[in-house]
Amino acid sequence: MISVDGLRVRFGATVALDDVSISVPAGGWTALIGPNGAGKTTLLRSVAGMIRPAGDIRIADRPAGGLRHRQRARLIAYVPQHPQLPPEMTGLDYVLLGRTPHLGYFAVESDADRRICLDLLDRLELADMAGRRLATMSGGEVQRLVLTRALAQDAPILLLDEPTSALDLGRRVDALELIDELRRERSLTVLSAIHDLTLAGQFADRLVLLRQGRVAADGPPTQVLRDDLLSEAFGAGIGVIKMADGQLAVISHRQRHRAGQA
Amino acid sequence: MPLSAIAGSLAAHLPWHPAVAVPAIDSAIIWQIRLPRVVLGALVGSMLAGGGAAYQGVFRNPLADPYLLGVAAGAGLGATAVIISGASPALLPVAAFGGAAGAVALTYSLGTGAGRAGEDPGQRDTSGTASILLAGVAVAALLTAAQTYLQQSHAQTLQSIYSWILGGLSGATWSQVWLIIPYVLLSAVTLLAHRRLLDVLRVGETEAGTLGVNVARLRLVVVIAATLGAAAAVSVSGLIGFVGIIVPHVIRLIAGPSYRVVLPVSMIGGAAFLVLADIAARTVQADTEVPIGVITAAVGAPFFLFVLRSRRARMDAS
Repeated sequence: MISVDGLRVRFGATVALDDVSISVPAGGWTALIGPNGAGKTTLLRSVAGMIRPAGDIRIADRPAGGLRHRQRARLIAYVPQHPQLPPEMTGLDYVLLGRTPHLGYFAVESDADRRICLDLLDRLELADMAGRRLATMSGGEVQRLVLTRALAQDAPILLLDEPTSALDLGRRVDALELIDELRRERSLTVLSAIHDLTLAGQFADRLVLLRQGRVAADGPPTQVLRDDLLSEAFGAGIGVIKMADGQLAVISHRQRHRAGQA
Repeated sequence: MPLSAIAGSLAAHLPWHPAVAVPAIDSAIIWQIRLPRVVLGALVGSMLAGGGAAYQGVFRNPLADPYLLGVAAGAGLGATAVIISGASPALLPVAAFGGAAGAVALTYSLGTGAGRAGEDPGQRDTSGTASILLAGVAVAALLTAAQTYLQQSHAQTLQSIYSWILGGLSGATWSQVWLIIPYVLLSAVTLLAHRRLLDVLRVGETEAGTLGVNVARLRLVVVIAATLGAAAAVSVSGLIGFVGIIVPHVIRLIAGPSYRVVLPVSMIGGAAFLVLADIAARTVQADTEVPIGVITAAVGAPFFLFVLRSRRARMDAS
């Protein structure tokens, strides 16, 4: 669904991505993991077309460089880590923004667009938010509302940049479960950056570990979530333990503390 | 003049009008002096307020007004050049319009070029807007310097240059109305057609881009439309300040920030505001006209502060 080949991005003298190649199969959930500054967001922004890197990106077998703005927005819905939220806008008006790629240049939304958005609000249990202003909503409600706007684009690919960073652990699991349900219901291809390695391993079927702008590991969670790979990538003692039900949990070791005791 | 004479005079211009007897002199005052002045004021006010709302939307900057990218400085230079050269006054609106449009074109090409040269793909969108605004400041400063130099070196025309710059609607004629109406219609229709896309821009240029909006093209089209309207307004009325910034904000505070409301209501509100301000400018002092810019600021600023305060009080209470 998405294939990235030999991607290079530089910001001034800093190399953000260096010869990155990945391919994201249709229908799966691929998670980008890695330390701060490894290039997760830059890779997402490149795929979303917000930056034009050197290298080759293909979306649904078409070269991404040749896609027009509207065509791209019909293929890819992007949920930024820190979306801009106009405080006076109502929930429904915000979700209706997602219909933009389906509307003519001078057109305004039709009743059909409204219907689609109200149904989506219903599906994400936000029906009460349709008439509420964004300023009055909680963090969890806003997070689901932004997801609803992305779904209103009706695009087969969903890009998520740290979709749960503002939520507590319980709400994080809820949010990721919801994304997984929607992915199955609507046959979406999901590519997301996730900070929490344990959650990444539990929800994604494939992990791409980035380190200093390069792909350090790429494969199913059992192959990527390994003590040695993670410790090297994050520059800290990191252990992976297998829980009773077979799921992996990633924890940190305090190496300096131990060294002091020895 | 009695109201019946005004009504009669207006009715006499309708097809199949009722038979009315109005003294010819009264009829001429109403039809040739007062009415074109009201219509011209309405057109100018709607363009300044609508253009201001559009600039604020497209640059996502509450301080933007239609003079932001050099319209005022360019028009001032064009008008000054015509006045000191002693050329026909008929050239004045043409030169003012050309100066205004030329200044914005210069600002835009310099601003977008600078954004491209300092390529930083991570911040391309925002640096584009910022460099256009900065180029506008520089172009306006340069043209104002040229205008001031010309003005000071021709002391005998100082009075007429100064009164043009202060702006006003005295001497409005039907031919001025016909002169600007194509630009007014083109600008108003184009801006109103972009009301939904300006709402999409409220989530920022980057997110609007991921929603399928070609932000650079949107900005260019809206700036061209707003500039045509503002330049047309300035060419016949001089530099009337304050309308473009205050009317859209009052509308926002009262009716909310959606451009589907702000754009059309600003145009209507701007028209009404300028017509009323012009009546005040004509009548507050018996023998002379007060510059209309003095009225728009003296009445507009306190009213704006009043709306701002009462709105905030309401928000705090809720």
